[in-house]
Amino acid sequence: MRGTPLARSLSLVVALAALLALAGCVQLGWDDRSLYVQLGEKPGIDQLVDRFIRELARDERIRGHFQGIDIRRLREQLAFYLCERSGGPCRYEGAPLREVHRHLGVSEADFNALVEDLIDAMEGLDVPTPTQNELLALLAPEQVEIVEPRRAWWR
Amino acid sequence: MAERGPARARAALFVASLAVAILAAPGLVRAGSGGKLLATDGATQLEGSGGGGLVPWAMITGNETEDGVGASAFATGIFVDDYQLSSFGAAVGLFDRIELSFAHQRFEIQSLDQRIDQNVYGVKLRAFGDLVYGKLPVVSAGMQVKHNLDFELPEALGARDDWGIDAYLSVSRVFLDAVAGRNLLVNANLRMTRANETGLLGFGGDKDDDYRPVFEGSAALFLTRRIALGYEYRQKTSGLDAAGEDDWQDVFVAFVPSHHVKIVASYVRLGNIAGSDRQDGAYLSLQGSF
Repeated sequence: MRGTPLARSLSLVVALAALLALAGCVQLGWDDRSLYVQLGEKPGIDQLVDRFIRELARDERIRGHFQGIDIRRLREQLAFYLCERSGGPCRYEGAPLREVHRHLGVSEADFNALVEDLIDAMEGLDVPTPTQNELLALLAPEQVEIVEPRRAWWR
Repeated sequence: MAERGPARARAALFVASLAVAILAAPGLVRAGSGGKLLATDGATQLEGSGGGGLVPWAMITGNETEDGVGASAFATGIFVDDYQLSSFGAAVGLFDRIELSFAHQRFEIQSLDQRIDQNVYGVKLRAFGDLVYGKLPVVSAGMQVKHNLDFELPEALGARDDWGIDAYLSVSRVFLDAVAGRNLLVNANLRMTRANETGLLGFGGDKDDDYRPVFEGSAALFLTRRIALGYEYRQKTSGLDAAGEDDWQDVFVAFVPSHHVKIVASYVRLGNIAGSDRQDGAYLSLQGSF
């Protein structure tokens, strides 16, 4: 670890830059295709939705929220929603998310569990990390629509 | 002198675990079931607050959200040319709002065969915001109350007090899909402090006895959801004529195998410490949390 301070800082910066560049290129981070195409268009999205619903059904933290709902309809609406939001030629015609989730009492923890199930589904289908993150970035703003407002002033 | 340290440490750890047990046992609150997204509770920094390695972050420690009580415990070692710093402790995160922490530090000066112990009691309040969601970043205010248990050497160097309080404001945010499709965590702190070398060399001094503002910053890029690469910077100032000090920096790799374990390894550059130049070396930290 000896050497002039300048040489050492430079080698540090170079090493860091190399690692970042590697991270960016290894999985072709610069994928400029639309998210819809990256997800495999309609067949890819349908597959993702199936896998996602399977993860949700297995997740003891939140499976209770899905008891007694029409799974076929959920699958269909979710696929339309993801297709439209990712830039595909579909139309989500269901109610706005805030309305759909009103009175369901979705907590922060519930929402995070759902996000982790979505990530698990994407991991299971070998969706590249940058594509995963692009979808998460697209959906993250919906969190405030879905999660129940905080219940007590002191929380 | 140094015997007091471990005794106090054990007492504080006992109180912390008791608090967790009392809150969690009767099922008054959710505990242990998790709730935060993987890695979004952060690791533990060397003074025991939830954070990176060298600096606190604005998030509340532990895996729980507004509905529960989480907790974490950590052990950290810093190994540089002439010194060694070990730190261990525990913290609770109450309803993702308040963090209470304790850390016991041992600073070993190899050439003098001497050691300086310090206890740090921390509190952090999350004011508003969220790390990932909503429009606002998470913003917290915190305090670290530090008690130097071996004050002879710091006093001989010109330090005034064997205890002191650091106060800080912290802002943290994760930007999804920010760089090469990766998620980027950014953190900035403003700290007011009279501490010399974070308190290990006492508080205040013959050169400058006042509170001094210092800046701290971190950036971490998640290559995958379990592995992050990052950089930290901690500005430092000294109140001592006899011992100047330098800003601290590190580059780190963090590995998050599960919701309950974080492993951080870094290369640290601590500059001049108590007259010994260019203190470079390794930082290793392990955190367990629920």
